[in-house]
Amino acid sequence: MPKPFIALLAAVLVAFGVSHYSDRIDPYYLDVMTGVGINIILAVSLNLVNGYTGQFSLGHAGFMSVGAYLSAAITLLLGPRLLGDSGGTALQQGLLFLAALVAGGLGASLAGLAVGIPSLRLKGDYLALVTLGFGEIIRVVFQNVEALGGALGLNGIPNYTTVFWVYSFAALTVFTVVCLVRSTYGRGFIATHDDEIAAEAVGLNTTRYKTVAFVVGAFFAGVAGGLYGHFKLTITPTGFDLTKSIEIVVMVILGGMGNTPGVILAAILLTILPEVLRSVDQYRMIMYALLLIVLMLARPKGLFNFDYVAIASRLRRKPRPARE
Amino acid sequence: MTEFLQQLLNGLSLGAIYALIALGYTMVYGVLRFINFAHSDVFMVGAFIGYFAGRQLPQGTVLGGLAALAAAMAGCAILGIVIERLVYRPLRGGPTLNVLITAIGMSLFLEYTGQLVFGATPRAFPPIFPAKVIAVHGLIVSLNQVIVIVVTAVLMVALELAVYRTKIGTAMRAVALNPRAAQLVGINIDVVISFTFGLGSALAGAGGVLYALNYPSIDPLMGVVPGLKAFVAAVLGGVGNIPGAALGALILGMVETFVDGSRWSTYKDAIAFATLIGILLFRPAGLLGRYTAEKV
Repeated sequence: MPKPFIALLAAVLVAFGVSHYSDRIDPYYLDVMTGVGINIILAVSLNLVNGYTGQFSLGHAGFMSVGAYLSAAITLLLGPRLLGDSGGTALQQGLLFLAALVAGGLGASLAGLAVGIPSLRLKGDYLALVTLGFGEIIRVVFQNVEALGGALGLNGIPNYTTVFWVYSFAALTVFTVVCLVRSTYGRGFIATHDDEIAAEAVGLNTTRYKTVAFVVGAFFAGVAGGLYGHFKLTITPTGFDLTKSIEIVVMVILGGMGNTPGVILAAILLTILPEVLRSVDQYRMIMYALLLIVLMLARPKGLFNFDYVAIASRLRRKPRPARE
Repeated sequence: MTEFLQQLLNGLSLGAIYALIALGYTMVYGVLRFINFAHSDVFMVGAFIGYFAGRQLPQGTVLGGLAALAAAMAGCAILGIVIERLVYRPLRGGPTLNVLITAIGMSLFLEYTGQLVFGATPRAFPPIFPAKVIAVHGLIVSLNQVIVIVVTAVLMVALELAVYRTKIGTAMRAVALNPRAAQLVGINIDVVISFTFGLGSALAGAGGVLYALNYPSIDPLMGVVPGLKAFVAAVLGGVGNIPGAALGALILGMVETFVDGSRWSTYKDAIAFATLIGILLFRPAGLLGRYTAEKV
């Protein structure tokens, strides 16, 4: 079996093991762990769009909300009918949850397709604004659909999200993104990012690549939304606004665009940081904001993006070769 | 018919405020090519300066109101210049995304510092201008609306003169066109960029006071939604293009007011963005922007 598959399988097994003993872990830490896992899915999937393909999307929270609403609607409305009054066995619940998550992901990727095809001929800031606009439109629509709770959102979502589900999907996200980008086909994403005109000149269909990146990214955002909904047990349209999208973008940029390990570390750091700062609650967000500015000034290429050549040459105590 | 005219007037005054904010976005984009997310919070600070100045000054007089407006503009101009000097200048020439994140950080910083200093609860904005309502053939015109439209018109003419008739304005346009070439002919880029930030922030400050006049409840997060709308307006007209920003703001103000008056009012925020997307699909560089083909 190829190495990535073994890694994926190992991650799922570890997640299952941790989840099995989760009642021995402090509930507070368990919550933080779940939050970290969901943010890893969001950040790594956005990294495929913003980092590897170089398209600036500010609508990730919008796709997340599509997944959250769709999967919550399935477990809330279809769940009681399929499982009966008893609530079903753990296996039945698990299968229903898996189906709901996948459906949420597919719904989000359909939304991604609908956004991607018309807007991908726009570039840079314009694309960012259009994705932002679509995110806001999705939010306003959810606010107005009474069947989905309107502005109050959906309540009483069953508590299905466990460490196992979160980290299995996080592992699957990392696996998909890494394998996709490293495959022969996936080189096209990086080519689109590096130089669109050159990529087109050698015969790559850059629009196609952008759309695929959008759709795959949206799928995992939708799954993350489903996990989020079954973790918080209540979802409101305002929980998926621009602030949430920006939070994810910040993770990607701090981690270093197109650097999956860095993005994972940034997602962990930026989820734990507000928790650590909870003791100075009043100054928490001010410190977060200042940290963002200082990090951008001090480490413009991302917190975890190291110039390995420079480090290696410094270790060897040789002068760095002059580069053009 | 009267109702239509009434909505037109309301749309005009809303559009005028959007225009004041949008101009700052578009001018900064013109010279530096990045979205200054902190701009909407400079707008908020403007409203708060107007609030504190308005409480010291005699209320309900035109002179006192204008003094509060001037104080807000001056305060915001200084704030804008300081932000640019301390935060954006060290990053100049770096990747756009980094500047963008820094701008987001600055925006969060201003919002949460505002919550710490001013408190998160909304405050009632004092009636700094005389409150009068004029009725013309059933058309209700409040003096505040007249002030908003007149002040915006005066400021826009002043801006037009500053950009097209003064030396620094010419330098500004040169930097927007080609920063390196501008430097080669002896333009001090730092001064021009500081000036642009000062000018744009002063307009945002005026916008903040005028917005607070019409929606007299101010809080540290008040800038987020109008800021976003104003940015949409700037892009709608073609970002980096000064008349475009004014046009886009006017269109957006009108569309929003008319939607607000119809039975689709709950979709107001979505329709602003839908308008933007619709226009960008047919004119990818905005209404007045010029689409430049990429050269290889």
